[in-house]
Amino acid sequence: MTPHILTRSLNRSATVFLLVLAALGILLPLSNLLLPDGSFLHVPTYLISLFGKYVCYALLALSIDLIWGYCGILSLGHGAFFALGGYAMGMYLMRQIGTRGVYANPILPDFMVFLNYKELPWYWYGFDMFWFAALMVLIVPGLLAFCFGWLAFRSRVTGVYLSIITQAMTYALLLAFFRNDFGFGGNNGLTDFKDILGFNVQADGTRAALFVLSCLALGIGFLICRAVVTSKLGKVLIAIRDAESRTRFLGYRVESYKLFVFTLSACMAGVAGALYVPQVGIINPGEFAPGNSIEAVIWVAVGGRGTLVGAALGAIVVNYAKTVFTSGPLAPYWLFMLGALFVLVTLLLPKGIIGTFNAWWEGRKEKDEARDRAQRDSATAAAAESAAREDGVIERTMVKR
Amino acid sequence: MPLIRLLRPSLSRLLFAALALAFVHLATQPALAGPYEDAVAQFAAGSFADTEEAIGKLVASAHPRAATIIVALQDGRLFADPDAKTVFIKAEDGKVTDAATGDAVAALPDKASAVRLNNKLRRAVSGAMAGLTLLSPDLNKRIQAAQSVFKTHDETVLPTVEAALKAEKNAAAKQAFAEARAAILLFKQDASDVDKLDAIAVIKARGDQEAMALLTGVPAGQSAAVTSGIASAKAAIERNLALWSMVQNAWYGLSLGSVLLLAAIGLAITFGVMGVINMAHGEMVMLGAYTTFVVQEAIRTRYPALFDYSLLIAVPLAFLVAGAIGVLIERSVIRFLYGRPLETLLATWGLSLIQQQAVRTLFGPTNREVGNPSWMSGAFELGQITITYNRLWILCFTLAVFAILLAMLRYTSLGLEMRAVTQNRRMAASMGIATSRVDALTFGLGSGIAGIAGVALSQIDNVSPNLGQSYIIDSFMVVVFGGVGNLWGTLVGAFSLGIANKFLEPVAGAVLGKIAILVLIILFIQKRPRGLFALKGRAVEA
Repeated sequence: MTPHILTRSLNRSATVFLLVLAALGILLPLSNLLLPDGSFLHVPTYLISLFGKYVCYALLALSIDLIWGYCGILSLGHGAFFALGGYAMGMYLMRQIGTRGVYANPILPDFMVFLNYKELPWYWYGFDMFWFAALMVLIVPGLLAFCFGWLAFRSRVTGVYLSIITQAMTYALLLAFFRNDFGFGGNNGLTDFKDILGFNVQADGTRAALFVLSCLALGIGFLICRAVVTSKLGKVLIAIRDAESRTRFLGYRVESYKLFVFTLSACMAGVAGALYVPQVGIINPGEFAPGNSIEAVIWVAVGGRGTLVGAALGAIVVNYAKTVFTSGPLAPYWLFMLGALFVLVTLLLPKGIIGTFNAWWEGRKEKDEARDRAQRDSATAAAAESAAREDGVIERTMVKR
Repeated sequence: MPLIRLLRPSLSRLLFAALALAFVHLATQPALAGPYEDAVAQFAAGSFADTEEAIGKLVASAHPRAATIIVALQDGRLFADPDAKTVFIKAEDGKVTDAATGDAVAALPDKASAVRLNNKLRRAVSGAMAGLTLLSPDLNKRIQAAQSVFKTHDETVLPTVEAALKAEKNAAAKQAFAEARAAILLFKQDASDVDKLDAIAVIKARGDQEAMALLTGVPAGQSAAVTSGIASAKAAIERNLALWSMVQNAWYGLSLGSVLLLAAIGLAITFGVMGVINMAHGEMVMLGAYTTFVVQEAIRTRYPALFDYSLLIAVPLAFLVAGAIGVLIERSVIRFLYGRPLETLLATWGLSLIQQQAVRTLFGPTNREVGNPSWMSGAFELGQITITYNRLWILCFTLAVFAILLAMLRYTSLGLEMRAVTQNRRMAASMGIATSRVDALTFGLGSGIAGIAGVALSQIDNVSPNLGQSYIIDSFMVVVFGGVGNLWGTLVGAFSLGIANKFLEPVAGAVLGKIAILVLIILFIQKRPRGLFALKGRAVEA
């Protein structure tokens, strides 16, 4: 069974993606840890953390692509699941600080002492154990997504309405987490982490390990997504994306399919957030900002929605550009760039980088075949040509009204 | 009489010395000794009872220097020489003056000591301060003094209050005095039950938070009639207060609703009528606010006299600026994305980032100062609530914009074309309507109205590049809640969200209230996915 899923899931681009990811995940940490500082090939630790951040973003993008690219659900609140996963991990890291905090309270994190908490709120129980925190990283976003999706999909909230209420969801969470009495550190969030599973979070070795773990999570997430989209279930998802009503009339329970894929996607986003937090060293309510979630959507759009590889690629490309622009003299122009990216990608590159590349590649192949066939039978050439044009269209654009 | 009083101790001891003292005293007091001088001298008598009496007399004398002396007494700067019966004020900078006359004195006599106060006297002093201003020629001061007597209900000022009540001509001040008198009588130990019941009636008629506090503070041990009178008055006031707080919340809700409606009304056109998800809508609002800023800057530097008209000038300009940019956006981006709502959403989000950054580059990232014209600043009282003029104007303005928009859609040919294109694009096109021109104009109209909203919002919010972002989610909530494609739905949606928000706020707090509203809308959309006033029929599936 398993090998079958594997062989089915891996097409050429997926294999290339996994190989590149594995190579990066092994070579970068090795070069960071083993090569001497002055060496030409030495990768400094800050770059390891930076790439680790990109990989987490890529996993988030992957989770968005799974629902948007394959099921047509545009969530503008996926940052919320990402941040919830991050908070779950942050809570574990806070509990690990112990007496090393400013107030040296063995139980209460610094901000709670500062805010006059007398005892630990009940929802912080258990977060001193890693396995519990790791479980919560999956359960909290998953449960929220399940409840939210159960309500939304059952009453057939679709399209832009869903986008708007997911945005409202993350906005409500943003407001809630900004409150001091909510018990998650308010404005400042959770920070000043010391160690994770007994290893210092600042140490080179820990950073390299976190990077490897992030790559591993991305790889596994990618395989899960591939397994889903290449299965029969994936075919139904695509059917829902392209013609929801028709799929429903064919007898499929559209809500259940959507709910499953939405919850899965939220869990993946949660894992991405959990890996992100120890690498950047802070989680604060800003992660819930609606703008962040929309930005994550554009990574997917840039890379190419409905391609999975494209989502990961888009996240890395856009974030790399962001790093380059915002750290240089071009910083004031970054938002112009980002804004233009949104407009230009939707107008000129609706299939994204990978989608456009695929279409071009397929088109060329089809053309070659068509030429071969034309030599045999010139009458069928015209039909093949038009078929080629139809191919690779990701979403059938249904004109309103 | 005062003279004798001054002389009495001397007579008992040494006549000559006493006479000499009396002469010295008279020499320092050019005026004939009257109740005022008598009162001042009594501060030197030394006992607390004398001092209290002196305070009462001093107030009753209504002498212009009385206030100075009382203040000095309150601050412990009043000194008395018990032998010479002279009283001095030591100013904060150490200068000494004669209390009665205000003439400078070289130094305090050796024997002079500060006039002592105990708690009872301190109360009497603050009551006296109020008593003094009760007779002030300034109407506002009189009313203020009466209010403070109402709170302190000090028996000693009762004669002053009654005198003031009799002499008062102004109705408001008369009312305040009557209430002050009632408060005193209610707390007076020896007042008759009839007086007390009358007093309770007056206080009940006042019916605000302070009346409530006063009635709660009445000491136990009153007669049965008074106790039951107080209980029923308290119940009545409680009802009254609850009513007013409802009115207050309703007003705040209406005010918030008008702001929401103003922000959402343009969106109701672009999203509701055209079906375009314009995430840059908030930025149109922001552009309107910055237009106001630019207009005000120009007026400040060129024609300061026109400042009061700055908003009137800004409204059409903001409409034109935001509308023109709206048309530009529609022609250059949105028209290629019709029928692809999710892509439109992303593209317009990008546009909103560009606009924000452009404004940040041009005007700087900080808040810009937009002033209120004189007719928009200030407030007035209505019953027990305060209504600020700017909120009131914004409410009126919003309703006017709404009415004009409605009339425009109903009665103009452009409105007719817009409705035709919305209902059936292809049919409209075959009837000869230039649909793409109508699209551009509709989008321009929605954006222009957002610009107008910006002018109004610049009066109550910070004008910064982030202005629009704070409204965009709320606006979408309003439109979705009210039902897409229905302006009346937007109106009802905005006001019900505003009022619900303000009624939740006292219960849950501002932020939790907002979160609760968001959650409620999310749940509401589950129940009615197409909003409050959903379109029926084929349009739903479009």
